[in-house]
Amino acid sequence: MLWALFFLVTTIHAELCRPDAENAFKVRLSIKAALGDKAYVWDTDEEYLFRAMVAFSMRKVPNREGTEISHVLLCNVTQRVSFWFVVTDPLKNHTLPAAEVQSAIRMNRNRINSAFFLDDHTLEFLKIPSTLAPPMDPSVPVWIIVFGVIFCIVTVAIALLVLSGIRQRRRNKKGPPGVEDAEDKCENIITIENGIPCDPLDMKGGHINDGFLTEDERLTPL
Amino acid sequence: MAQASGMDPLVDIEDERPKWDNKLQYLLSCIGFAVGLGNIWRFPYLCHTHGGGAFLIPYFIALVFEGIPLFYIELAIGQRLRRGSIGVWKTISPYLGGVGLGCFSVSFLVSLYYNTILLWVLWFFLNSFQHPLPWSTCPLDLNRTGFVQECQSSGTVSYFWYRQTLNITSDISNTGTIQWKLFLCLVACWTTVYLCVIRGIESTGKVIYFTALFPYLVLTIFLIRGLTLPGATEGLTYLFTPNMKILQNSRVWLDAATQIFFSLSLAFGGHIAFASYNQPRNNCEKDAVTIALVNSMTSLYASITIFSIMGFKASNDYGRCLDRNILSLINEFDFPELSISRDEYPSVLMYLNATQPERVARLPLKTCHLEDFLDKSASGPGLAFIVFTEAVLHMPGASVWSVLFFGMLFTLGLSSMFGNMEGVITPLFDMGILPKGVPKETMTGVVCFICFLSAICFTLQSGSYWLEIFDSFAASLNLIIFAFMEVVGVIHVYGIKRFCDDIEWMTGRRPSLYWQVTWRVVSPMLLFGIFLSYIVLLAQSSPSYKAWNPQYEHFPSREEKLYPGWVQVTCVLLSFLPSLWVPGIALAQLLFQYRQRWKNTHLESALKPQESRGC
Repeated sequence: MLWALFFLVTTIHAELCRPDAENAFKVRLSIKAALGDKAYVWDTDEEYLFRAMVAFSMRKVPNREGTEISHVLLCNVTQRVSFWFVVTDPLKNHTLPAAEVQSAIRMNRNRINSAFFLDDHTLEFLKIPSTLAPPMDPSVPVWIIVFGVIFCIVTVAIALLVLSGIRQRRRNKKGPPGVEDAEDKCENIITIENGIPCDPLDMKGGHINDGFLTEDERLTPL
Repeated sequence: MAQASGMDPLVDIEDERPKWDNKLQYLLSCIGFAVGLGNIWRFPYLCHTHGGGAFLIPYFIALVFEGIPLFYIELAIGQRLRRGSIGVWKTISPYLGGVGLGCFSVSFLVSLYYNTILLWVLWFFLNSFQHPLPWSTCPLDLNRTGFVQECQSSGTVSYFWYRQTLNITSDISNTGTIQWKLFLCLVACWTTVYLCVIRGIESTGKVIYFTALFPYLVLTIFLIRGLTLPGATEGLTYLFTPNMKILQNSRVWLDAATQIFFSLSLAFGGHIAFASYNQPRNNCEKDAVTIALVNSMTSLYASITIFSIMGFKASNDYGRCLDRNILSLINEFDFPELSISRDEYPSVLMYLNATQPERVARLPLKTCHLEDFLDKSASGPGLAFIVFTEAVLHMPGASVWSVLFFGMLFTLGLSSMFGNMEGVITPLFDMGILPKGVPKETMTGVVCFICFLSAICFTLQSGSYWLEIFDSFAASLNLIIFAFMEVVGVIHVYGIKRFCDDIEWMTGRRPSLYWQVTWRVVSPMLLFGIFLSYIVLLAQSSPSYKAWNPQYEHFPSREEKLYPGWVQVTCVLLSFLPSLWVPGIALAQLLFQYRQRWKNTHLESALKPQESRGC
């Protein structure tokens, strides 16, 4: 009787995990592509780790805290390193709904990836889309900062050029007053130069020549 | 006596007119004007699509018989008459003043859309200072499990260009709204242009040392880098392998002639303006030949650089195509990982096709040929903003190369803007529109501001469609007409004997037979031929444009659409309005002359009664 029961259980397990079976998921690993020289060989120990990670994920789901490693079944492991897995409920001898497994995997995708040093592209859960990290989005876009720097430099340069132009024109306007000053100095010089001639002219103008008057009187009586 | 009295005003004007600080400054300005974006993104494309190395044959023939002779005329006439384009043509003949006004208006129109291209370049430059580059990834969709569909279909770079930069509409009739990011870049570009042209050649002459030489530095860096990348040899081999049969195609010769024409920036008025600030006795013959050759050598230099990097990109794409197919086979048949190499792929595929054809047929395998990827070249903005941008993504240190590349394009375009702006500013200075007291800074500021306001239409969502219209219709036909009138006007109206005398006076040598034959016969014939070819090409096909429409069934291919009626009217206006200055001014001058004669007749009739009274 015990022998017959063992055989029955084995048969049931074998039927639960098949390619394209209900609630079954295919997984594909690209270890060499991801790790190169450090690539490890996929063996039964790695399979055990994978089953443990899946069980771990399921235990995070409400009402599934009792999931054990033995409840996760793998089958059809290939040289490609691809295989199928299902999660079973031993009490009822059937597989858990795909939606539950999918949700559990998605919630813990990062930790599953990390356990195998892989990422979403090299550890593919077919039919389980991964949640993608949004691109880096700084609070202030980088281009605005660069724009601000360039625009400020250009604006300051324009202001400096305009101011220097204004200053040059003011210097040109001050030119005539300078010339006038020079002319004033020339006038002073002329005055100084003419100082000597001017005084005699004034003196001559200011004095009547009595000699001439006297002679005129003498000539008249004769 | 008349000549002596004529010389005195020239001397007076000469004292007031600014001069180049030195010869190098002048040469760099002309080279900067001639070497523009077309040298980088149009010549390599033409070389590639028109028979590789064979294209150089029609190119150099066009250079010798069309480019250099016309260029020499522009430099010589500007240097001799010491005026901008409007002044030059008024001096040659009052009836030809319209040619100068036409050149002036074309320079204005080209300034608008050329600076818009600089706007786009600046936008990419600003976004290059980050890692990873923003055009290397797609944005996420709403539930964050995949990427935006439009981006996945078209590719990350195309999505960044059409959606995140232009935010383009799918129809030109739908103008959309002004994109504020592009508007800010437009402000920055025109501010930069104003900074550089603020005092005419006094300020551009200082900046030109950097803007003319920096592109060569970057091209050299890219050349060295490009040649070290895998696939460069394939790119260069593909570019220069001559296909002599293609020379039978008349389109090749037309494209060679037009490329020479636009590459040298002939008939814009910028070169006349630059030459007008020269010493009167400068040897402009040597200048013309030197600048034209430097321009063409730069095109070749750029081609080598661009195609070494395009070769790298093609090899990269080819490799990834093979890898994708190999991965499909491995996944389908559960082969061990990395068990099929790229070299083994053809034989493995053949074997599997023979043994299990049904399973192979179900796979989404693509045909991978290196030649197909090399064929994906592009011209114009497509090269800079999509193809080359994508190539840079694959280079190590993508951000640095991106900054260098777009910095180069910006300085390249800026030095061409100097020529366009001088084509507008110099005639305004010469005509003395504003009173003496108004400073130069104000004059150039007003010009830049008017240009800025006019260019806002290109920051609309449909702006790139309008830029294509301006590029196709505003410049091409008008410039050919003006160049034709230029060579005919100088040689036949001004007089070839007089022109040769002027050149002898300026350079000490009379133009040789080669120059005189090309000026009299060859260049006018070539220009007329180009003009006719253009008319035929325009008439053959209805004007259409390629719209970016995500709903298009063949997306990401662009949807071909005909221009609506009102846009076609705009195209016709753009094509002919600048040229209408020529007959317009001629008619006005004719009316003026007629009125003068009428006045003279009136005076004579008035004199006769006096004589009769005297008798």
